[in-house]
Amino acid sequence: MIITARNISKSYKRKGISGEVQVLCSTDIDLESGKVCLINGRSGSGKSTLLNILSGLLCASGGTVHYDSTDVYKLSDTELSLLRCRQTGYIPQVQSAVGTLTVRENILLPSAVIGKGKDRFAADGLLERFGLTELADARPGSLSGGELRRLSIARAFVNSPQAIFADEPTNDLDDENSRLVFEQLRKAADGGAAVVIVSHDRLAQEYADVVYCMQQGSLSREKGRI
Amino acid sequence: MSIKRVLYKSIVGKPLRSFALLFICIVMSAAVYGGAVISVSLQNGIDSLEQRLGADIIVLPESASEKVKLENILLQGTPGYFYMDKDIANKLAAINGVDKLSAQYFLVSANAECCTVQVQIIGFDEDTDFSVKPWLREAYSGKLGKNEIVVGSDLSTRVGHSLTLYGVECKAVGKLETTGTGLDTAIYAGSDTVRGLIKAAESKGISVLSKQDPADVISSVYIKVKDGYDIDEVTASINLGIDGVQAVRTKSMITGTADKLSVISGSVRLLITAVWLLSAVIMLIVFTVLINERKREFAVLRAVGFSRRRLAAQVLLGSLVICFVGAVLGIGICTAVVFPFSRLIERKAGLPLLTPDALTAAGYAFAALAAVTVTGPLASAYSAYRLSRIDTGRILREGD
Repeated sequence: MIITARNISKSYKRKGISGEVQVLCSTDIDLESGKVCLINGRSGSGKSTLLNILSGLLCASGGTVHYDSTDVYKLSDTELSLLRCRQTGYIPQVQSAVGTLTVRENILLPSAVIGKGKDRFAADGLLERFGLTELADARPGSLSGGELRRLSIARAFVNSPQAIFADEPTNDLDDENSRLVFEQLRKAADGGAAVVIVSHDRLAQEYADVVYCMQQGSLSREKGRI
Repeated sequence: MSIKRVLYKSIVGKPLRSFALLFICIVMSAAVYGGAVISVSLQNGIDSLEQRLGADIIVLPESASEKVKLENILLQGTPGYFYMDKDIANKLAAINGVDKLSAQYFLVSANAECCTVQVQIIGFDEDTDFSVKPWLREAYSGKLGKNEIVVGSDLSTRVGHSLTLYGVECKAVGKLETTGTGLDTAIYAGSDTVRGLIKAAESKGISVLSKQDPADVISSVYIKVKDGYDIDEVTASINLGIDGVQAVRTKSMITGTADKLSVISGSVRLLITAVWLLSAVIMLIVFTVLINERKREFAVLRAVGFSRRRLAAQVLLGSLVICFVGAVLGIGICTAVVFPFSRLIERKAGLPLLTPDALTAAGYAFAALAAVTVTGPLASAYSAYRLSRIDTGRILREGD
């Protein structure tokens, strides 16, 4: 899958500030299958906003986003949600498990949307891959921060997505676990997925093919492992 | 794992939250359904009573009101008896405007003789009666012979079996339908039978008459006024023209009860509306408060591919399921309380209560079920709208 974003801009209305705050201005980016793209930059520079726009979670104020030839802004919310569910995986910045579901059920959540929720094999494989097998029937409330993080990453993989968007995926993790996560993301890219990582973690650079730096809403390409 | 399971787990996974909502729904449905059934039962009771009286005026001895209120005998079946000279019937027949009249004879059973409680025995004249026979015919179409009786629905005596009253074997030839009034424990017989029972009581040393012969007394006279005559004027003529009796317009006798019923019925309807509104407001507040608690959960669902419509459906369906289950439980509990204990409620309230038949009750149950079930989705509509439009990216970045 090739994701193409052109002239992306985003502005917000913020409480206590007159007018709008410009977060992104005329940003272009291309994401290719088989590549890990790392976006770094200072806090508040607009990295997560760009990631959310690319993943289809957030609508840009201006510009276009194409998944291959599909203009995502021309899709209805239901169509876009289904496309996101089938073709993308999203790893959020904070702990994001549904407390009323077990670990296995949380992992299978995206499959439930497309009616493949009974695929226990898919869940079991991911549980093993991320070291969560013994916690399969546990509730998220009893998991540590690292386990929860691994859970949300495993969930992003369940539908074998063609694109993965990871927002600070190693936030609460130690080096060992961080490596595990980056290795899995690298593997996904090697398997043909387009992977976008927003991260401050220096370790991420080791796994990235392309590195961008976000500064005051503008994206610049840095030298990396290209 | 399916979307239905996500919904199911969101309900059972938060037992306190779900039980609180369920409890509100149980209270709401019990109030709506129970209130409606009691209101209808009261109305049925008074309708049945009106239908049964059949006469325009009832005449009874002046002293009767000192012994027992006739209204109590009619409405609650309070056992009582009083007598006056039977010549009064002839005097009444001479009053201008009187179309038809028929005498009745009251007696009460001896303590614990036939039944667990004292019951009212009502005798009527087979040849002249126009008040009792029309509805007695539903239970027995023939002419009541000597020592033949028709029993109220609450008496355990079966048709064909006998009942001993003052040592006299009386055969039950019919059993009346439930009226919802105390008269369901009464016994109806021909005038000869009741006179015989009065004599039997006297012979057993139970004095119900002072010195008269049972053949010379009556308890009350039911009067039908001729068309074109004013009932109040005829009532006044009787009270002015005949000494020792009081004539009461039957309608006025039940007017007090009807008015009381009307007030109670209105209060019940008001209560139903108030409980429904209050519950709806509480649910609205609960669902609105829950928006903050569930923001993260919904942001996750959104992130994994739930559309806004599906997110809203999760909220609406969740509230629909809870309200439906709560309504079923509430209606079930109410049915288990109101129907079996209707007689007790009637006795405590001192008002006739005739519960509706199964089909009508089912209709009310369905209406209550629908009213309570739609309340949930209505109360959660705003919450559904807000949760379906959360800023997923911000919540999953900032964690609130």
